[in-house]
Amino acid sequence: MWAYWQSVPAHWREIPARYRLEGGECQDCGYRMIPREDICPKCGSRNVKPIDLPRKGKVVNYTVIWNAPRGYEYYTPYVIAIIELEDGTRLTAQLTDVEPSDVKEGMEVEMVLRKTRVSGESGLIAYSYKFRPLIK
Amino acid sequence: MAASISNYPLGEVIIMRANRKVGIVGWGVYVPQWRIRSEELARGWGRDWKRYAAGIMVEEKSVPGLDEDTFTIAYEASVNALRRARIDPSKLRAVYIGTESKPYAVKTTATMLIEALGAGGEDRLTTGADYEFACKAGTEAMQSIIGLIGSGMIDYGLAVGADTAQGAPGDALEYTASAGGAAYILGPSEESIAIIEASLSHVTDTPDFWRRQHERYPAHTRAFTGEPAYFKHIMTAAKKLMGLIGTTPDDYDYAIFHQPNGKFPLRVGTRLGFTPDKIKPGLITPYIGNTYSGSALVGLAAVLDQAKPGQKILVVSFGSGAGSDAFHIEVNDKIEEVRDLAPKVMDYVNRKRYVDYTTYARYRRMIRMLHDFSAY
Repeated sequence: MWAYWQSVPAHWREIPARYRLEGGECQDCGYRMIPREDICPKCGSRNVKPIDLPRKGKVVNYTVIWNAPRGYEYYTPYVIAIIELEDGTRLTAQLTDVEPSDVKEGMEVEMVLRKTRVSGESGLIAYSYKFRPLIK
Repeated sequence: MAASISNYPLGEVIIMRANRKVGIVGWGVYVPQWRIRSEELARGWGRDWKRYAAGIMVEEKSVPGLDEDTFTIAYEASVNALRRARIDPSKLRAVYIGTESKPYAVKTTATMLIEALGAGGEDRLTTGADYEFACKAGTEAMQSIIGLIGSGMIDYGLAVGADTAQGAPGDALEYTASAGGAAYILGPSEESIAIIEASLSHVTDTPDFWRRQHERYPAHTRAFTGEPAYFKHIMTAAKKLMGLIGTTPDDYDYAIFHQPNGKFPLRVGTRLGFTPDKIKPGLITPYIGNTYSGSALVGLAAVLDQAKPGQKILVVSFGSGAGSDAFHIEVNDKIEEVRDLAPKVMDYVNRKRYVDYTTYARYRRMIRMLHDFSAY
């Protein structure tokens, strides 16, 4: 049973990013990232501060998952997309509330909070950001 | 309006009216996009929908997607309420969720919502709890927050009613048990778009509907859920509230009653003396089904989406088990400023995609996979 349980502390550590789209901003070069890293991947500065990222963006590219990793089988087919947020920050996220055939590059999307992984009947329910076509 | 509460001797206060006036600062709703037609549900069980249509008056209902539950519904409704309230979420000092479909049997949904919204500031200095009283848990949460604000313990609080309701396959409830929710940010009257002038509750031990621990689906007592449960409690709470504050149905522009189906609210409203045109603007169940803890509160949101300053609203919820909470609400001119800051009830009602019974059964997790590692 424990084999398919995800790590609870690992999920817990990422709650600010997963629930609130909290990323990092390098105070030296201005580069933004999610998840936040201690060292700026662009300039190497250690001066990275948390920042709430904008919740709207557009699809840069995407792929449809038919053969899912363990724990995600029930949700297939689903779409994973690279999304560019309004401030230019890019991240990878699932799309939801959309048929794979309706996804287009450049599609405007907004962040929603959804279940991403459920560890069986007894384990943790993990929630995270996903993106859906803009409704208003 | 009756005299202030201080005029009553101790122990004689019946109407729940706060020392400091409390009102609605912002409201928001969420309804999943998936729908199933009642005709399709009937087809799944080889039944003829036409035989049930007039008795249920729900043409289609919302269905939660595979990645949706009470928390995700409560979250989006709350974000919409915050947009209208125009306050920083850190100012919320109480977050209560009324639901009978908690994601965890033991682990508070409210703490997840507090974390997602950033309520209580960086130190999360806020109270949070899940309320359960069948379909009236959301209004119960509202009353608690009215008490906290009214007494001056807090300034702003969030009350949510949300559910992904369970209707057993083939049961009559399968036609109505749906998903959705509404969130209300309450605060001091100066900030409010509508003042909650008074409230009153009436509860008895009436076993009309329940779900035992570890059961997936609730049991109900069919016709017994009507007269001694729904009608008795709503009528008692409504009549007592109106009697004590000195109003009549003619004083109200809108009346919202709990909506287990499309028929009961019209019937109970008519019996109380409300004309159908006062009930229909807040009657949303015929389009999305019964969102349980969200039911009356989604109805109230639909009315706030169109109410004009000065109008008066009566809201009476009902929860099985059983009881009713009644509220007298008066709208003021601030409502016009905030109404369009978030999607309205009808925006979500009209955003829909249909599923057939097979997909519905999959979305509601009635179908299990071999090696299902993500079952719940």
